[in-house]
Amino acid sequence: MAATRLFLRASPVKSSLTGLTGGVRGSLGLTLLKLSPDCTAQPTAPRRHAAHFTFHPDPVPTQYGPTQKMNLFQSVTSALDNTLAGDPTAVIFGEDVAFGGVFRCTVGLRDKYGKDRVFNTPLCEQGIVGFGIGAAAAGATAIAEIQFADYIYPAFDQIVNEAAKYRYRSGNMFDCGRLTIRSPWGCVGHGSIYHSQSPEAFFAHCPGIKIVVPRGPVQAKGLLLSCIADQNPCIFFEPKILYRAAVEQVPTEAYHVPLSQAEVLQEGSDLTLVAWGTQVHVMREVAAMAQEKLGVSCELIDLQTILPWDTETVCKSVVKTGRLLISHEAPVTGGFAAEISSTVQEECFLNLEAPISRVCGYDTPFPHIFEPFYIPDKWKCFEAVKRMINY
Amino acid sequence: MQNMLTVVANTLKGGAKINGSRVVVSARSFADLTPQASFDIKRCDLHRLDEGPSVQTVLTREDGLRYYRTMQTVRRMELKADQLYKQKIIRGFCHLYDGQEACAVGIEAGINPTDHLITAYRVHGYTYTRGVSVKEILAELTGRKGGIAKGKGGSMHMYAKNFYGGNGIVGAQVPLGAGVALACQYQAKNEVCVTLYGDGAANQGQIFEAFNMAALWKLPCIFICENNKYGMGTSVERASASTDYYKRGDYIPGLRVDGMDVLSVREATRFAADYCRYGKGPILMELQTYRYHGHSMSDPGVSYRTRDEIQEVRGKSDPITMLKDRMISNNMASLEEIKDIDAEIRKEIEEAAQFATSDPEPPLEDLCNHIFFNDTPFEVRGTSPWVKLKSIS
Repeated sequence: MAATRLFLRASPVKSSLTGLTGGVRGSLGLTLLKLSPDCTAQPTAPRRHAAHFTFHPDPVPTQYGPTQKMNLFQSVTSALDNTLAGDPTAVIFGEDVAFGGVFRCTVGLRDKYGKDRVFNTPLCEQGIVGFGIGAAAAGATAIAEIQFADYIYPAFDQIVNEAAKYRYRSGNMFDCGRLTIRSPWGCVGHGSIYHSQSPEAFFAHCPGIKIVVPRGPVQAKGLLLSCIADQNPCIFFEPKILYRAAVEQVPTEAYHVPLSQAEVLQEGSDLTLVAWGTQVHVMREVAAMAQEKLGVSCELIDLQTILPWDTETVCKSVVKTGRLLISHEAPVTGGFAAEISSTVQEECFLNLEAPISRVCGYDTPFPHIFEPFYIPDKWKCFEAVKRMINY
Repeated sequence: MQNMLTVVANTLKGGAKINGSRVVVSARSFADLTPQASFDIKRCDLHRLDEGPSVQTVLTREDGLRYYRTMQTVRRMELKADQLYKQKIIRGFCHLYDGQEACAVGIEAGINPTDHLITAYRVHGYTYTRGVSVKEILAELTGRKGGIAKGKGGSMHMYAKNFYGGNGIVGAQVPLGAGVALACQYQAKNEVCVTLYGDGAANQGQIFEAFNMAALWKLPCIFICENNKYGMGTSVERASASTDYYKRGDYIPGLRVDGMDVLSVREATRFAADYCRYGKGPILMELQTYRYHGHSMSDPGVSYRTRDEIQEVRGKSDPITMLKDRMISNNMASLEEIKDIDAEIRKEIEEAAQFATSDPEPPLEDLCNHIFFNDTPFEVRGTSPWVKLKSIS
């Protein structure tokens, strides 16, 4: 059944010009990348890809005061706004951030807080991060933006060798804990090789930094504020496909969602699903399908913090369910799912009813027109669920 | 009789639907046209050079028409890409070259086809001047099988012989260019490598690493900074401590060239190529140019500069109009033949667009091909259990 579905998906992609696949969210990616109303396409234009997930908003949080409707980029702006207002040492910098950034996350902040606190840098990622480390070490709350996670590699050395090891190598005399690096992350519908990558696993190999990926606006604000407040350098990856697609009621005041704490979004008894970022929404649909079509009860966990990750919540769940499926967009080999799988295997070996499954991106570069095949969509995940149940 | 032959020849050459009377008119004027003329060009600013390129150059009618045709083709191709993008037929990231045509065409006119060239992501113009057809470029943009990278790369990733692309990461291609120049030197074929980057990339650290190596080993590398005044949305003054990009190689001699004038670019490139071929080491050129479109398709291009500014450049220093006016005012070409060329280009672009929208997408197997070099196909991990994909290279 799933196989047929995949091939059905294949055909519209091939005949993409003859007008096709509807889907309300068909042009999500494009809308998201569009900054100008000038370039809105004609309404009659054919839609090439339907998005591979449906966003599920969180319930309205009541414990943090009044809320306002925000999408993910606005909730990031709101978190930055709170930080600049409350912390006079906070500065924000990156490529084009003074104008609001390519994804509009810093809109209006320069005008509100001044150009000495929100400013553009030249195009030099290594310099941006290095500069941030210095500023943080000297006592500023440094919030750096790398325009796309795909562009973070020139700064890899600064992050891995300088930021992550500063505290350790100085015997705790110096640190850059006040540094937070934000970066748009993950697939976007048509981002191709250099605008779609999910590099969290590269950094997960590096003790000394924290890595966080939110699933929606409410979580994004709380987690970003926690990263900024945290006394360790943090990398905050924002799922760019959700910037506009994800809309929730977000508290306007500052609040913190704890780091290194996974969240159980749905309790279940037969199978544990672990994901982060956009993939959480894919998994929600998988859980619903499993319940409806197979009568399988899934427990869904949003990992939220990739490093250091919440082993306890995950292992506790697997002890209960006996089955674990992990899914991420990055290629399967050496992806973070491998680490989770290995740990769970050690901790829960006697509880496992089926081998731990990973449904991830293929071991290829992120493909351009083949994106719908590459991403671990709900059908692939559902197939894995069936296999695990029938094991 | 002579005139008759010209008429016949032109009808054959034109090929397009030209009505009889117009052919006669153009043929008559062809006979009176000046075959070549000498032009004054702007003097280049120099850095660590005693002498720069000549301030006068000779343009033949044939070359002039060729440059015109090439620039106009690039312009039309980019405008077509813009249109296809807005129709959502081209997806992904797309950076257009219109406004900067004189750079690509002037550089190509100043080097040999056997010389090497590498550039960043604003790549459509160079792909065309390096010999790829409009058809293959547009088909790559639409992700079709007939695209120059088999439809797998898209806008930023196009390659051809002696043309190393097509590189998406800002500044990352510059050390590669120095490496290509090292190979040129080692193979001793008297070839040079043209290494291009933008004013935004000029602030990346690896550029300076490449400068050092190139100068240290006297590599035949022409570093060219295409200064189009804005690195994405930030003007050069806001991003660079020194906007004298031609001086930023410090110990590497440099020239600042009018990048809107194809003849200036050609002369400067010839000068630079000669310099490299003499074994004097690398040289740096700054081409002052302008892009009409925004940085990419998601940038309307008017939030950080005024519409008036763009209009002024279009009106006063458009590279295509400038060349056309020069040729016409010196009686080197007639308005009619320019119009004919335009009509031919329009037809070529339409046909290419037709191809780019009707050619099939590459087959699914192609998703996994060309990851590694391998003699026997290997199975790619992670592909779904019901479609096992193998990689072949």
